[in-house]
Amino acid sequence: MRLRTMSGIKLSNLLLCGWSGLVLIYLYLPILLLVVYSFNDSRMSVVWEGFTFKWYGQLFDELVAHLGDERRSPLIESLSNSVIIAAITTAFSVVLGTAGAFLLYRYRFPALRSITALIFIPMIIPEIIMGISLLIFFKTVELELGFTTVIISHVTFCFPFVLIAVQARLAGLDPSLEEAALDLGATPLKAFFLIMVPYLLPAIISGALMSFTLSMDELIVTYFTRGPKSETLPIKVFGMAKVGLNPMLNTISTVFIVATAMLVVFAESLKGTARRLPDES
Amino acid sequence: MDVMVELRAVTKRFGSFHAVSEVDLQIKAGEFITLLGPSGCGKTTLLRMISGFETPTSGAVLLDGKDVTHEPPYRRDVNQVFQSYALFPHMTVQENISFGLRMKKVPKQELAERVRAAVAMVSLGGMEERKPSQLSGGQRQRVALARAIVCRPKVLLLDEPLSALDAKLRHAMQVELKQLQKKLGITFVFVTHDQEEALTMSDRIAVINKGRIEQLGDASQIYHRPKTTFVASFIGQANILRATVLSRSGERARVRLDGDIELLVNAEHLAGGAESALISIRPEKIALRKERHGDLENCFEAHVEDELFKGATDQLRLRTDSGLALTAVVANESSVQAALHAGDRVFCHLHPDDIVIVHEE
Ligand SMILES: Nc1ncnc2c1ncn2[C@@H]1O[C@H](COP(=O)(O)OP(=O)(O)OP(=O)(O)O)[C@@H](O)[C@H]1O
Ligand SMILES: [Mg+2]
Repeated sequence: MRLRTMSGIKLSNLLLCGWSGLVLIYLYLPILLLVVYSFNDSRMSVVWEGFTFKWYGQLFDELVAHLGDERRSPLIESLSNSVIIAAITTAFSVVLGTAGAFLLYRYRFPALRSITALIFIPMIIPEIIMGISLLIFFKTVELELGFTTVIISHVTFCFPFVLIAVQARLAGLDPSLEEAALDLGATPLKAFFLIMVPYLLPAIISGALMSFTLSMDELIVTYFTRGPKSETLPIKVFGMAKVGLNPMLNTISTVFIVATAMLVVFAESLKGTARRLPDES
Repeated sequence: MDVMVELRAVTKRFGSFHAVSEVDLQIKAGEFITLLGPSGCGKTTLLRMISGFETPTSGAVLLDGKDVTHEPPYRRDVNQVFQSYALFPHMTVQENISFGLRMKKVPKQELAERVRAAVAMVSLGGMEERKPSQLSGGQRQRVALARAIVCRPKVLLLDEPLSALDAKLRHAMQVELKQLQKKLGITFVFVTHDQEEALTMSDRIAVINKGRIEQLGDASQIYHRPKTTFVASFIGQANILRATVLSRSGERARVRLDGDIELLVNAEHLAGGAESALISIRPEKIALRKERHGDLENCFEAHVEDELFKGATDQLRLRTDSGLALTAVVANESSVQAALHAGDRVFCHLHPDDIVIVHEE
């Protein structure tokens, strides 16, 4: 009897493992192939011709040359554009998202509920619609397309992520915490920076990492709102892929994947901490 | 004696709901006063108007003679121990306790000295570097206490500080708190809905019901001389009976209960000219005897309907021949002959001072 149930459990475990394996392969095989081909010693990338680091070497050379002002590398330039845009987007998103979450927490009018819903629409609306509507908007207000317009566009869909993360953390907040600070003589401003910000920090960081990766990844909205000098990495890669599969593409994508994955994992681990209440008994 | 906190006709409305109505209260310096009342009666709201987290709709709050009605909490010389303790989770015990002093820019040397003293006072030595999450409930409670008293406030407000502790720890902390208060000489305003806690700890008790102070007095006054049916039945148990007033002479009045039982009662709270009144009798004040004892005054017959074993005491349900129901509590007799049982006939004896006139709430 006992044996049978045990083998029953084993069988279901086996099936579950097999299924999970298939799902993982489905998810990661294409990415794995891309990573593998970034080490492929061939110009025509789909045929394996031996292992090499040379594409990474080339990428590194381009980076050095670009930074040393010897030779302008469009690829590296687009990468640096992406990083700058993502950094500024993140800074604005953090401030807007944190302040927004705090205001929604502090002032609970019924009307604010619908406002909250409005804030989340940029997160789910099809990017192509976002892109077109932003383009129309920028044309209407006669804003020249470039860094500014790209950053404004990115902030619209990035800051809700910060807001959601901070809001989730605020939901578990003991309202007496801030009052305790005021009670002990802290002014509201001091209470905010000494008590609330440290309390919200894990959520703020997790939201910031989310918005940084989102901004780095973004293609469609950027495509509509960029100017001639604000080419981002995804746009550049997209353009290169149209011409033909270049091994450099695999290389830079691999670097990009590793960096993004690291950021996302870090953000997720922080979210875990953020959700856990600090010391509620 | 100096008045430390004074509430003048303080009212707090939330919308059209009166959480606190027309409360007048003077709290003396160094006093341990308890605000006692059922859930939702407005205790916390009252406390928050003293600490400054709520502004009265009307009326004034005076602290040490100064009107602070519109001062924010951080400019009032009072500190609060929160029900949830509200310790700062990202700070150590040491940092939590020194927070108030850092806000007041107390010099480093003095700060260290005072924090050390506060830590010692609540016996938290050796735990200074721990985070609140690494402490037990009782220890967190002590940190919350130390964090407040280290500021040497004029008034310490405590909102049900012991309600999260288990019974044993709660009793130990009651004693400790009381001793601490005596030692420091700080005015304590203590909120609880636990009548036993109020009776054991307080110099004075303000019994609150529906946003009003029903009675203010020391434990003995509140217990032995309740003014209203609410106070009589909220604190301890009480038999509330309707009676007709027959005559009155000075301290005493003669009343008649249903079924021709005449009683001599304490007339302290009897309104002049009242024809009928409610009386309150504590169950343990009814002396039960199998024979009639002494004079015939304040004695009537009844039979035991049933008994309830309560450990140290027995609770008996009595019914008089005229059908009046009463609850009596007697010491638990171990000897079989002395014990009373259902069906026994008994004589109830009452001292006039144990029968108090009470008003309807
Ligand atoms: N901010 C508020 N808005 C609306 N109503 C409130 C607010 N604060 C308190 N009340 C109401 O005022 C009444 C008194 O509340 P309060 O918190 O003072 O009660 P309490 O005596 O402390 O009760 P408990 O023993 O349950 O803590 C309650 O009915 C409560 O619902
Ligand atoms: Mg309360």
